[in-house]
Amino acid sequence: MTPKPEARPQDAGLARRNRRMLAGAMTVVAGMVGVSFAAVPLYDLFCRVTGYNGTPMIGAAAAPGAGERVLTIRFNANTQPDLPWRFGPVSPTMPLRVGEEGVAFYRAVSTGARPSTGISTYNVTPEVVGKYFHKTACFCFEEQTLQPGQDVDMPLAFWVDPAIAQDPNTRDIRTITVSYTFFRSLNDAERAGALASAGPHVGRRPNPTP
Amino acid sequence: MATAAHAHDEHGHEHDHHDHKPNFVNRWLFSTNHKDIGTLYIGFSLIAALVGIFLSLLMRIELQEPGMQIFADGQMWNAYVSAHGLIMVFFVIMPALIGGFGNWFVPLMIGAPDMAFPRMNNISFWLLVPAFLLLGASLFIGGGAGAGWTIYPPLSDDTYQTGPAMDLALFGLHLAGASSILGAANFITTIFNMRAPGMTLHKMPLFVWSMLVTAFLLLLAVPVLAGAITMLITDRNFGTAFFDPAGGGDPVLFQHLFWFFGHPEVYIMILPAFGIVSHVVSTFSRKPIFGYLGMAYAMVAIGVVGFIVWAHHMFQSGIDVDTRAYFMAATMVIAVPTGIKIFSWIATMWGGSMKFDTPMLFAIGFIFLFTVGGVTGVVLANAGLTQILHNTYYVVAHFHYVLSLGAVFGIYCGIYYWMGKMSGRQYPEILGKIHFWLTFVGVNLTFFPMHFLGNQGMPRRYPDYPDAFAGWNLVASVGSYISVAAFLMFFYVLFVTFTRGAKAAANPWGEGATTLEWQVSSPPPFHSFDELPRIR
Repeated sequence: MTPKPEARPQDAGLARRNRRMLAGAMTVVAGMVGVSFAAVPLYDLFCRVTGYNGTPMIGAAAAPGAGERVLTIRFNANTQPDLPWRFGPVSPTMPLRVGEEGVAFYRAVSTGARPSTGISTYNVTPEVVGKYFHKTACFCFEEQTLQPGQDVDMPLAFWVDPAIAQDPNTRDIRTITVSYTFFRSLNDAERAGALASAGPHVGRRPNPTP
Repeated sequence: MATAAHAHDEHGHEHDHHDHKPNFVNRWLFSTNHKDIGTLYIGFSLIAALVGIFLSLLMRIELQEPGMQIFADGQMWNAYVSAHGLIMVFFVIMPALIGGFGNWFVPLMIGAPDMAFPRMNNISFWLLVPAFLLLGASLFIGGGAGAGWTIYPPLSDDTYQTGPAMDLALFGLHLAGASSILGAANFITTIFNMRAPGMTLHKMPLFVWSMLVTAFLLLLAVPVLAGAITMLITDRNFGTAFFDPAGGGDPVLFQHLFWFFGHPEVYIMILPAFGIVSHVVSTFSRKPIFGYLGMAYAMVAIGVVGFIVWAHHMFQSGIDVDTRAYFMAATMVIAVPTGIKIFSWIATMWGGSMKFDTPMLFAIGFIFLFTVGGVTGVVLANAGLTQILHNTYYVVAHFHYVLSLGAVFGIYCGIYYWMGKMSGRQYPEILGKIHFWLTFVGVNLTFFPMHFLGNQGMPRRYPDYPDAFAGWNLVASVGSYISVAAFLMFFYVLFVTFTRGAKAAANPWGEGATTLEWQVSSPPPFHSFDELPRIR
């Protein structure tokens, strides 16, 4: 680095302005990385608050009392293959008045040789009814552990906001489908070695762990 | 050196205002000179293009007829398709248009002696080389990284892409992203701080405008990709569950993050080509560009709106109908500034004294083919139609018309336009014209039939197809062989230019070429604009 024979003040000024601009640009970059990570909780929050894409409302808010209109509630169940459960609704449909609290049961039977823990994701369709569908109690709020061969009935309690009849986007809806997908919880999968059993192959699902 | 502005007074190598070149290692490995780094970028892009085009040639050989020809299985096919896409996007188009022409001509056009941070410029380039090697290596490890260039989980997670190939590809993307971010910061600083006196933003050449908008898009979009692939890497290797529903994550979130980057990325690839085409159309019509300010702000508008349309890539990912309506409308809005550009180019040519030299042929080819791609883009913007066309060859045809035919024609356009300026030798006109027509026929023959295949329902990302699709696939394959021949011919054109090309004058294009780079010699001195130019 040879010292410059004739350092002019404007050079120092330009270098300083350049550095400041670079610092600004790097701040923007850091900010955007931060925003992308902030998107993880914000995205979740957004869905829970707005009922976006059929995310039901969760809370202890009590049902306001039965209204006139009767809806049909359908129950759907899925299980990921690496969770050794048979899981399904006890009864596939039920009628429910708006504003009335309904209770329904799902039944899970463990077919595995060891205790297994599952956690479910859930939503309702049509997706627009998310903000009117309230769950007051649900087995899906926490992990469920089943002993080998154990058979449990899992309850959920819910009600539909009577405002569903006023909203032009939802007032013609007569049937709501409640859906659950059970996954093996990550901790349990790790304990059972299911993660490691993903195997050397590519492009195929691993066999369910016994 | 009476009035010279020196931004790079901390050079490692000896530095004086004589045209004194450092030795080979210092000049090309430790390069801090914007022209040399631009040359390195263009050379790198040509080498990467050889690899990327070779991969696409293999794909077309496979698809030439029904049944499995040369690929072992779907995973291998997917790995090659993914590598082709990522190489073309990150290691061919971006290095050529942004690193190559951007480094070469942004300082020249604004009358700056060099980029604002010459050594950071060097890092930007040399980050790209290991990135390319990592991505290339991923092809040969295990089953390769076969998750598409969109790397959606769960396909890209450790259940479906086992082994380190996917991690190598992701790390390669990280490095390429870092390279782009540093380059973008450099361009922004250079353009804002180092313009010659009198060069106001509203007098800046359109290519510089395009680079400014591109740099801002990079700065805002690429960090989001970096965040998303960091989450993907930790999901794969460190037991997090950002995108795994079993742990409370959501794979659709990845799609949102990816396309928040991915949609601006497509404008990052095309905006510099817009800039080049504007110069070429104006030069060869001997008229100033029609609607200069409209052209500049159309690019700004495309950049801004480009950030709020990302979910049109996700119409099939389970987003609700109102959201689809919004993203559909916002997407179609982009057709307005794009239309302003297309019509302004046509208005520039209108009544001009036109000359159809090779750069102009590529520019007109660009305008025509980009418009075709834009029209199919408006078709695909319709959420209802996408229900049918999503992930079919119609989409493949669409994005190859805007990128393979749009951006790549922009690269060729720039290379022929500035060949004399960069190398000091003019390309042979007749060979350039043959190269243009060969390319034009080849790429159209390759990609136009894909519209038909897509409309008939042929899905992307499969190495095999029912016999009903055989006819147009054969045509597309023949077209791709012509395109590859045209690409190889381009190397012959380069060879002839460098060995037998006529010496280029400072301004070989005459009165139409008005920007500052034509005021320095061809090739420009190692240090240009030590004496500041004056802009009227």
